[in-house]
Amino acid sequence: MRKNWIVVPALMILLLLPALSVAQSVDEILTPAAEVQLEQPDPGLDVPGTITVLDRKNDAGDLLVVSFEQPLYTDGIFAYNVYRRVAGESDAEAWNLVEIIPADEPPEFIDGYDPEYPINSGVLYEYRIASVNIDGEEFFGPVFEAGTVSVGEIYHTGKTRVLIAGGLFIFLIFYYFAKAQRGAKMYLRPIAGIEAIDEAIGRATEMGKPILYVPGLSSIADVATIASLTILGRVAKKIAVYQTPLIVPNRDPIVFTVAEEVVKQAYLEAGRPDAYDPDSVFFLTTSQFAFVAGVNGMMMREKPATNFYLGMFWAESLLLAETGSLSGAIQIAGTDAVTQLPFFITTCDYTLIGEELYAASAYLGQEPKQIGALKGQDACKGIIMGFITVALIFGIIDVVANTHILDWLRDLVTSPIME
Amino acid sequence: MKRTVPLMIVMVGGILMMLQYFIPHQISQTVFAYYTDWTPIIVAFALVLGVGSLTRIHSHKIRRKAKNWQYSYAVLIPLFGMPILAHLWPESISGGMDSPSIFHFIFMHIQVPIQATMFSLLAFYIASAAFRAFRAKSALATVLLLAAVVVMLGQVPIGELLGRWLPETGLWILRYPNLAAKRAIMLGVGFGILATSLKIIFGVERNWLGGAGK
Repeated sequence: MRKNWIVVPALMILLLLPALSVAQSVDEILTPAAEVQLEQPDPGLDVPGTITVLDRKNDAGDLLVVSFEQPLYTDGIFAYNVYRRVAGESDAEAWNLVEIIPADEPPEFIDGYDPEYPINSGVLYEYRIASVNIDGEEFFGPVFEAGTVSVGEIYHTGKTRVLIAGGLFIFLIFYYFAKAQRGAKMYLRPIAGIEAIDEAIGRATEMGKPILYVPGLSSIADVATIASLTILGRVAKKIAVYQTPLIVPNRDPIVFTVAEEVVKQAYLEAGRPDAYDPDSVFFLTTSQFAFVAGVNGMMMREKPATNFYLGMFWAESLLLAETGSLSGAIQIAGTDAVTQLPFFITTCDYTLIGEELYAASAYLGQEPKQIGALKGQDACKGIIMGFITVALIFGIIDVVANTHILDWLRDLVTSPIME
Repeated sequence: MKRTVPLMIVMVGGILMMLQYFIPHQISQTVFAYYTDWTPIIVAFALVLGVGSLTRIHSHKIRRKAKNWQYSYAVLIPLFGMPILAHLWPESISGGMDSPSIFHFIFMHIQVPIQATMFSLLAFYIASAAFRAFRAKSALATVLLLAAVVVMLGQVPIGELLGRWLPETGLWILRYPNLAAKRAIMLGVGFGILATSLKIIFGVERNWLGGAGK
């Protein structure tokens, strides 16, 4: 009897185990089926609403600002594809995809930057936007006609402050031109590098060695090159008087042609056209380091007594100046390239720093108008210094009194660099 | 006439370009593009003059057997040889510019390494220039030396190990005294460019005209 009592629950357990197992497997089969049934077939993504198109101000009439209402339900939307075509066209092929905006970015963009699909001034366009899911399927919203056309402006309102500052600068330059022409005496701060030019030319003459003049490596479009060529004219005139050989290698073919004319004229003005050597000014190469190799080779072979490096320079500045220093030449450099100034200061005897390069022509010529222009520059710098002083005071007041008058001054005088 | 025409071109062009900056209209942009399109055309013509000058000078040197005249061959042979190999040499015997060709071989295995070598020399020149600049011969030179040591150590990992203050001080030197000086120079340069441009546009500065300027 006792044995029977044990057998019954054992049998029950044995029967229950497969039953539980079957029940579990049935549950496993049924559960996903139930979920699949619950999930509705994808009805499509919600689409963007109203599209607003505005003309962008201060442009050439080639940009439109497009914004749109985001859909109410953004679930599943990966991006928005923006299509544009000329209004009135019915061809489906006329739609051009002009922008893809990721779903998490603001629903606004400036249309017209893509050179493949430019905006034409005065042309009316229509837009439509599609919501795109992760698989790339598009669900299009309604077509909207732009409420405006792009129109080019004849004045950039964002540049008014530049216009005022530029106008003031031009006025000051002309005011000092006139003042200088009336005979007013104007003091010029002596610049060691410019005063040393005569000494450097004299040294080369005494030593019977040539003078090397490098008018920078930039093109004629660089104002530093033009400044260098005007200095070349004045230096060449002095050289012509002393009849010292001159070497002017050029990297830019246009600079070469201008430099040749400038030197030729300088010799003519000095009354020594016969002393002009047509081989003294020449084109070397447009390649930066080949030019350096060529000039450095000349320095080591010809051993010029004086080297002038005036104009725009890049990485070659130190290669040139250090070789010149090793060759024992007296060196005068001048550039407006801030990054190259330390190299010239280290290796050259005299360096014209930044604006001194532009001032050199006026110093050498001593013509009233040129000096007037320099004084005009100084007056403008005085105005800037005045603003900096006021800004400094305002900044201190802001800190002490917890005000924001410096921001007011900044907004008043500055323009945003990028709009 | 020789003087007036170039001056008029510069004045009209300069004033137009000044006005163009303030006029965003399409017509203004077209004029600007038209003007700038001329630049490569002029450069192409000037390049012919440049090559002519180089050829003339080195031919004279060879003819006169001037000092170091042998080097002139090193200029003239590649000057004319490379274009011939690139454009006139038959492709059947390794002409043209694409690899494999003689031109491509010479360019990649002679010109490129030579240029890289020239550029590499800069590292040694910087070391020698730095040595010269950082000699503490005066009080100001000592300040320069100290500032340079702090800035340089601040840029490398060992500076951080020596103390947190080192990179911070280096950064402070770069951000404040250094940047203030750079901005002052750039401000002066900006005014210098403006004044020089105005002098050229209004004909006050005429040296760039060469013989026509007088």
